[in-house]
Amino acid sequence: MKMTSHPLLKVFKTFFLVDLLSGMYLTLKYMFRKKVTLMYPYEKGSLSVRFRGEHALRRYPNGEERCIACKLCEAVCPSQAITIEAEEREDGSRRTTRYDIDMTKCIYCGLCEEACPVDAIVEGPNFEFSTETREELYYDKDKLLSNGDRWEVEIAERLEREAIGR
Amino acid sequence: MPKLVIDDKEIEVPDDMTVLQAAAEAGIEIPVFCYHPKLSIAGNCRMCLVEVKNTPKPVASCAMPVCEGMVVHTNSAMVKKARKGVLEFLLINHPLDCPICDQGGECDLQDITMAYGRSSSRFDLNKRAVPDKEFGPLIETAMNRCIQCTRCVRFSSEIVGIPELGAMGRGEDMEIGTYVQKTVTSELSGNMIDICPVGALTSKPYSFKGRSWELAHTPSIDVFDAVGSAIRVDTRGREVMRILPRQNDEINETWISDKTRFAYDGLKYQRLDQPYARREDGLLHPVGWNEAFSLIADRLQHVPGDHIAALAGDMVDAEAMVALKDLMTSLGSPHVDCRQEGSSVGMGPRCSYLFNTTIAGIEQADFCLLIGTNPRWEAPLINARIRKNYLFNNLPVASIGPTYPLGYPVSDLGNDPLILEKILKGKHPICSALKTAKKPILILGQGALRRDDGDVILRLTQEIADKYGFVQKVWNGFNVLQIAASRVAGLDLSFVPGAKGYGAQKILEGAKKKKIEVVYLLAADEIDVRLLESAFVIYQGHHGDRGATVADVILPGCAYTEKEGTYVNTEGRVQKTLKATPPPGEAKEDWKIIKALSDKLGLSLPYATPKEIQARLVEVNPLFDEVDRIQPSFWKPFGREGDVNPIPFEFAIQNFYMTDSISRHSRTMAKCVQQILGWEKAHV
Repeated sequence: MKMTSHPLLKVFKTFFLVDLLSGMYLTLKYMFRKKVTLMYPYEKGSLSVRFRGEHALRRYPNGEERCIACKLCEAVCPSQAITIEAEEREDGSRRTTRYDIDMTKCIYCGLCEEACPVDAIVEGPNFEFSTETREELYYDKDKLLSNGDRWEVEIAERLEREAIGR
Repeated sequence: MPKLVIDDKEIEVPDDMTVLQAAAEAGIEIPVFCYHPKLSIAGNCRMCLVEVKNTPKPVASCAMPVCEGMVVHTNSAMVKKARKGVLEFLLINHPLDCPICDQGGECDLQDITMAYGRSSSRFDLNKRAVPDKEFGPLIETAMNRCIQCTRCVRFSSEIVGIPELGAMGRGEDMEIGTYVQKTVTSELSGNMIDICPVGALTSKPYSFKGRSWELAHTPSIDVFDAVGSAIRVDTRGREVMRILPRQNDEINETWISDKTRFAYDGLKYQRLDQPYARREDGLLHPVGWNEAFSLIADRLQHVPGDHIAALAGDMVDAEAMVALKDLMTSLGSPHVDCRQEGSSVGMGPRCSYLFNTTIAGIEQADFCLLIGTNPRWEAPLINARIRKNYLFNNLPVASIGPTYPLGYPVSDLGNDPLILEKILKGKHPICSALKTAKKPILILGQGALRRDDGDVILRLTQEIADKYGFVQKVWNGFNVLQIAASRVAGLDLSFVPGAKGYGAQKILEGAKKKKIEVVYLLAADEIDVRLLESAFVIYQGHHGDRGATVADVILPGCAYTEKEGTYVNTEGRVQKTLKATPPPGEAKEDWKIIKALSDKLGLSLPYATPKEIQARLVEVNPLFDEVDRIQPSFWKPFGREGDVNPIPFEFAIQNFYMTDSISRHSRTMAKCVQQILGWEKAHV
């Protein structure tokens, strides 16, 4: 600070364009470094296995939906984005008749996933689900289950890798 | 009064208390599973272990009587270790299926494990598996979850008096069941769901439908019988999800009947949600409120006052009745009646239609005479009180009328009304027992009163009551058992024919003979509606039931969960319901409909706010100011001299599960009729 405040030094720096050259030098240096730009959407960055993206409802390998309508995710959801209605299914098992998530309310905190005793509701790796209308973000059970079917491989892999930390 | 020290707190309690009760007095909570304040002590869950000074082992506090100088610790290291051990043993065979268990969130085992248990299990062998039992249409079983507290077994054998449940096998093989596969037939069976500390017995109609934490609770009053049990209406959004009892030791203790508990699904079906009017094609068409009122106003224009009549149903609140009575008075009609079944009883003093002993008072009785009543169906909770008195004091019970298993021994005197005359003349063998009884009660059922000679029997019974000392200075053993929730309020408001007015029977006959041109049915469905075909019928109610089929104009009202209404129970206790859900569609509170109609007719009733209608109730009868209290009624002569008809009595209720417009539309009740009563089709 004291150096710059010297009037002669200031004259020197101004006269020889020191600041400009140091900036040009930085630019020149990065021209020879490896590039970090990703050609999104053709290229994508890596995601943590703990990344909390779009929700999905999973199924068991035999095709049976996992969700047992315990409503713990509904209870824990801090933004009250989840709505569940349940009834006894014909075979006597406890299943949801309605499972809605309002994705516009959701804050992607991951507590629903945390609360789920059967790993049914999960937040998968997908973050590219922007829509043109608000209504498309009111997810129902069919949408969530189809998400689960689509992302099952990635979700299962992530859960397995995360198993130690859970 | 022994003095003892519990956790450094000195407390003095009565001799007959247990350590657990004494701790509760001192405000110290001891976890329990098998102990229930209304049941006998079993002492088999061992959850209530405490340390007592100078005893080598932990002591089960629920079964340990207090004694002088006892020093109890409920929080010592020994107690904590004992609790952990007991819970670990209980959880060995208890499945960890809390997420799919309906008890989850209100489960004693869950709560107590969280508070006192270990965080993990050390047991890695297989859990035992118990086949589920089929208990009928009301109780869902998951016997894997049972911890053998035997509360349900004790409930059925002690409170109900029909020992249908029991424990089979010993040790790990112990199972609770009905021995032989059968449906649980008790009218109080739903209470087993409440007392089950785990999720072994849960409600079948409510099964998997909701969670305890998402329900809003509204304290209210039951209207399916005249007992007026304290209930809690649990709602989610606009829907009634379930109905549970509230504790009220004066009335229902902690129990309610199955109809009270399970008939709520009738509130969802066949509801009147907008006004209707019958058009030229003979069909009912939806109309607006204004059009419905105009139709009524047009029709009433040319009808003289004494050609108009009104009948009030069995579940109507006092507000609606007082408003309708005022409207009929201003229309100039004396033909009003709240006794839709056509009974002539109830014009006398208040003591002639009340349960004067009070429900809690039954416990002090030393003799009980039932006349033409089946308390098990007409008032299951009054039957439970009689059973309680039998259990503790061996209460002798005699009955005149048809017989039905009541859960305690009853000496059947026969089904002949003339026996009453014999008793009055002292010529019946039962008279000696009546003479020696110090606090006798008699319960006069609607089966004896809803006959043409009902008021003769009323007089006869009063004379018997006078002769045998049923009525003393501080004891009134004369009881009329009402079965309609609105009846006592109706009689208190004198919603009965005025001077030259017609009673219900005459109104119906008059309508057939076209003497009565307009009939206002205030949720009155238990009538022969065919007689009303030629009259102009205004039906105001909540269900499209019998009355609505003949209606020319239908005004949609509220059911008991949808309004703030005043009811008076059979003891004469004024109670209020609270609004738990909004009414469906365009339905409105009943008294407000009548008020709006009166405005349309140009006869504006002088009240518009709930406060003002309350004031009007109190103005008509000051008793309505005394909420939740019983006013003593004065003993005066009532009834009518005459000859008793020797026709045998019949029970007033033929089908416990379907008595009114709500329960007739309940699917659960229909299942009960089929599976519990064994009828192929519901006799509606």
